[in-house]
Amino acid sequence: MSIDIHALSGAYAVDALDDIERAQFERHLADCPACRSEVESLREASALLAETVLDAPPAGLRTRVLAEIATVRPLPPIVPEVVSRRPARRWFPGLVAAAAVVTAVGIGSAVVQPWQDETSQAPSAIEQIRSAKDARSWTRDFPDGSSATVWRSASLGQAAVVTEDMADAPSGKVYELWLQHDDDMVAAGFMPAGPDNTVTLSGDPADADGFGISVEDTGGSTTGEPEGEVVAYVEFA
Amino acid sequence: MDPIRPVPDAPSPAEGASVAPDLAELLKLSGRGDQGAFSQLYDAVSSRVFGLAVRVVRDPAQAEEVTQEAFMEIWRTAGRYDPDRGSPLGWLLTIVHRKAVDRVRSAEASTRRDTSYHAQNQPVAHDATAEAAHASLEARRVRTALGSLTPVQREALELAYFGGYTHTEVAGMLDLPVGTAKTRIRDGLIRLRDTMGVGGQ
Repeated sequence: MSIDIHALSGAYAVDALDDIERAQFERHLADCPACRSEVESLREASALLAETVLDAPPAGLRTRVLAEIATVRPLPPIVPEVVSRRPARRWFPGLVAAAAVVTAVGIGSAVVQPWQDETSQAPSAIEQIRSAKDARSWTRDFPDGSSATVWRSASLGQAAVVTEDMADAPSGKVYELWLQHDDDMVAAGFMPAGPDNTVTLSGDPADADGFGISVEDTGGSTTGEPEGEVVAYVEFA
Repeated sequence: MDPIRPVPDAPSPAEGASVAPDLAELLKLSGRGDQGAFSQLYDAVSSRVFGLAVRVVRDPAQAEEVTQEAFMEIWRTAGRYDPDRGSPLGWLLTIVHRKAVDRVRSAEASTRRDTSYHAQNQPVAHDATAEAAHASLEARRVRTALGSLTPVQREALELAYFGGYTHTEVAGMLDLPVGTAKTRIRDGLIRLRDTMGVGGQ
């Protein structure tokens, strides 16, 4: 990690980084409690600037906002999970450390419910996975408010990733998805553009140890393992 | 990682002289789907939310859209607000600011980039804005605190926060060597934070 990256905390706090710097800094944040703390305090400071530009919104907006929220279900809180004690993988120890601070959620069969807001046609792959008895999920929340949730059912031999508010990969790049088997990463598909996606992973995740997303040149890695930066990693602990 | 923070139910310092409802509690209730609580939250913060949006995106119609998007996001994620990580206002204005900046960056090629730096720095010509801002004791405190920044710190911070520019763009606009604008922004924020006594530092 370059020494200089800490100096980006202020620019990050006021959204003054470009997309690539932001992704780099967010990876750094996962490993750097001092920067997380500083960013939090600097965001408090930046929010004060809004005090100097108060402006009442048009009256009709209140009605529209309140009507719209009535149609949307609030997300559940993030429940911290006991961190796994597995040793770090040699080829990306930093990411395993990052995963350790991730607030991952493991959901057992008892709490998995059919999602009421989806149409009741033939169940999609993701619905089948979610409703499997052994369904589990792991959520990776990013500091920009986006998230990726991996769902896996070992009995079905299927896994899928669901993203929310995810920024697109930089121009000329693509998000490639990976399943980890011991020390090997096996390509498991690509994430299409757009903030909210559900992608069923290729390959059998039943005995996989983890899941990762890397940023690759368009077309994906040519070497069979991640070549670009791994921007998210979850361990199937 | 865990500096002392104001207790969640204390009025946020940014609430100033107004009677401050307990925003943390309203967020918690909103996260459980309480629309009444959310309407109270809206009333308590909408001038800040819209004021910030309009200051960054300039166009009132777009600012309205940004405001609406931001409130939707606040509603969806209210249950994930963590008092240990900052004040309710800090949390929700972070969401608003990000949405506003995303909006201006995606509209990058439009007229906004053609306007001069001087024009960028003009306050929004809007009497209600000035009035409301001056009415706020907190605003006066913030202005005073901003006065303690060096001119370059202050300009860099305002171009980044209100202009929605990246630190690299700010460096170009202020004729600073590449790489120094981010330091000015950070130094300015630290001084503002310490002068105002926020952020648990």
